[in-house]
Amino acid sequence: MTAAVIILTLLALIFGLALGYAAIRFRIEGNPVADEIEAILPQTQCAQCGYPGCRPYAEAIAAEEAEINRCPPGGEAGIKQLAELLGKDIIPLDADVGIEKALPEVAIIHEDVCIGCTKCIQACPVDAILGAAKQMHTVIATECTGCELCIPPCPVDCIDMIPTKIDITNWHWGKPIPITTISEIADTRGEEVA
Amino acid sequence: MAQRPTDNIGKYLHNFPGGLKLRHHKALSCCKPLPARYLPLSTEYCIPVSQHLGQPAEVVVSVGQQVKKGQALSTPGKTGNAPGAFVHAPTSGEITAIEKRPVPHPSGLNSLCIVLQPDGKDRWVELEPVDDYRKLDCDELIQRVQAAGIVGLGGAVFPTDIKLQGTSCLINTLILNGVECEPYISCDETLMKQAPGKIIEGALILCHVFKIEKVIIAIEDPMDVCNLELEQSISEFNAGDCVEVIRVPMLYPEGGERQLIQVLSGHEVPAGQLPISLGILVQNVATVAAIRDAVIDGIPLIERLVTVTGAGIREPQNVHARIGTPIADLVDFCGGYTAGIARLVMGGPLMGLGLRNDQLPIIKASNCVLALTHADITSTQPEMPCINCGNCVSVCPAGLLPQTLQTVIRAENFEALESLNLDACIECGCCDYVCPSHIPLVDYFRYGKGEQRAQAKEKQESDIARLRFERREQRLEKQQAERLARHQRRKRALAGSSSKKDSVAAAIARAKARKQVLAANQPDTNSETGKGENS
Ligand code: SF4
Ligand code: SF4
Ligand code: SF4
Repeated sequence: MTAAVIILTLLALIFGLALGYAAIRFRIEGNPVADEIEAILPQTQCAQCGYPGCRPYAEAIAAEEAEINRCPPGGEAGIKQLAELLGKDIIPLDADVGIEKALPEVAIIHEDVCIGCTKCIQACPVDAILGAAKQMHTVIATECTGCELCIPPCPVDCIDMIPTKIDITNWHWGKPIPITTISEIADTRGEEVA
Repeated sequence: MAQRPTDNIGKYLHNFPGGLKLRHHKALSCCKPLPARYLPLSTEYCIPVSQHLGQPAEVVVSVGQQVKKGQALSTPGKTGNAPGAFVHAPTSGEITAIEKRPVPHPSGLNSLCIVLQPDGKDRWVELEPVDDYRKLDCDELIQRVQAAGIVGLGGAVFPTDIKLQGTSCLINTLILNGVECEPYISCDETLMKQAPGKIIEGALILCHVFKIEKVIIAIEDPMDVCNLELEQSISEFNAGDCVEVIRVPMLYPEGGERQLIQVLSGHEVPAGQLPISLGILVQNVATVAAIRDAVIDGIPLIERLVTVTGAGIREPQNVHARIGTPIADLVDFCGGYTAGIARLVMGGPLMGLGLRNDQLPIIKASNCVLALTHADITSTQPEMPCINCGNCVSVCPAGLLPQTLQTVIRAENFEALESLNLDACIECGCCDYVCPSHIPLVDYFRYGKGEQRAQAKEKQESDIARLRFERREQRLEKQQAERLARHQRRKRALAGSSSKKDSVAAAIARAKARKQVLAANQPDTNSETGKGENS
């Protein structure tokens, strides 16, 4: 009886020490969960979620301070991925934060209206606007994330969002629409006969 | 020396998994007449600028300009690393427009085209033939191939110069792909019969430049006449010791690069790698003939053999058509449509692309124009649920699990596709063909691949955005810190000067105090005298 107690106590001690050592030795720097969450977030940096960027929102989710449905650019697909990662339920996008755009957009500055005030440059989270004081400004379309943060500061309202164009270089096949009902079949047959 | 995968290549034939035995329908078009006829000049040519993957090319001509036959119209774009290819004027004439027009592309979107109105004189630009290809080195050859705008003519239209660039000296075997496994198409067979010399000479050029030891020309079993023609030509060029013709059994899709390598060598090209990893280069026979023309005669790729066939065409045959010719002109040349025409396809019946009308131009990828009648096509069937019969698995030449892929794509679980190897799918359509539930499997796979690619691109873009955001944050922080430091310095400086003021004040106060003390010590005399003075 005593022997068993001693052995078990010893074992508990050894494992405890081993675990304690491992916790120090193999400690991971930073917040790995937040990193993984951030990898899923679209990095638009639009702050629509209510946090000043994707990283702070990721940290808030990791700390369970925020729901996973506050990122409109990430949309449904993003929520699905987050839910999978965190083992949560898929919930619809929070309508208060915004809606998911059908097509990605980029900003464009109407250059003849721009007065060169540099306000938009200061607002852009990814340095996608090029310009200098009293000079015409322009958006580097490939760097723009479409966050719309440059629109409110513009005193002459010369910034617009335009959806990215689909051409044969970026087009891809859509999801097949299955033909299932009899009338649909009749339709396609009609087309073929005509 | 260790055994190389290419050592016994062609000695025994092997199998690839799956595949279908299809009726080949080639007699319809092949070799009536031989050599194939040239199409007369059309009234207008419409040459799409991007006939290949990647970035659109840069147009180097302008509207109203007179161009000569073979003059470059656009160059591969300078931007990025995406592959591109030159396109050239198919005849001499005037550029009448550079605008977006319908092109043969599954999206149905318009794309930038150069429109050329022939002047009927068909004058060539100054060509630069090479008198002796043995003097060419690797780079010169690649540069010539690029300038001639040569792309893979088997259907993939990958720029040949880029394929060769990756090749350098790592290969020891060249396989010429004459296995035209898709039904109806017979342009490669026609080429092998009418100009075997060009193919052999092209192969010798590649052999010389890339120090290739062995060339295998793979043809299908039923092409026996080809065999004779090729053998004869090989002996004419005294190339018998390195060039060999091998007949492979007829099985679709044996003409796929990986499938052909597997049949000839018994080795599978590892997933995610290129045939180079086995020391093999595969080129379509027509591509090699085009390389020969570009090197020996300096002629760029401005025309190709096109099979115009199917029960919907009156006189099916192969024709030499210039790039940019409207498909309608080819059909007219072949006697027009028959009464029962139901569908027009560019390419073969399994991998081809359905066309909306015949006003689209022939492009470098157009190996076949196929007109099918109602009797040829089964009417659309409703899509039923997968019954897990496994038919698709047993025919897939890439060894994939189409039914699993299909379920995963339907559920939009694109991350799982990587482990299921969707990339290896060659979109051959075998699975589609045998599926008893009429599931459009290839459509799902194309959708899945597109989504996969789009997501990879998004990921890349978001990584860039994150980096830029972080850099900006760092910069702002640094600026903030600098500002703070500056402030503090100034404050300290101010504080310093204020303490000076304090000391001044203190000194004044001290002086005052002293005065007061003095005044207190001699109050009477001072005050009295003062008073006396004042009064
Ligand atoms: S340019 Fe405007 S919309 Fe684009 S990333 Fe910058 S602030 Fe956002
Ligand atoms: S289309 Fe793709 S999945 Fe289907 S049989 Fe061909 S290679 Fe296999
Ligand atoms: S052939 Fe069709 S029904 Fe059969 S397992 Fe494949 S997808 Fe399912």
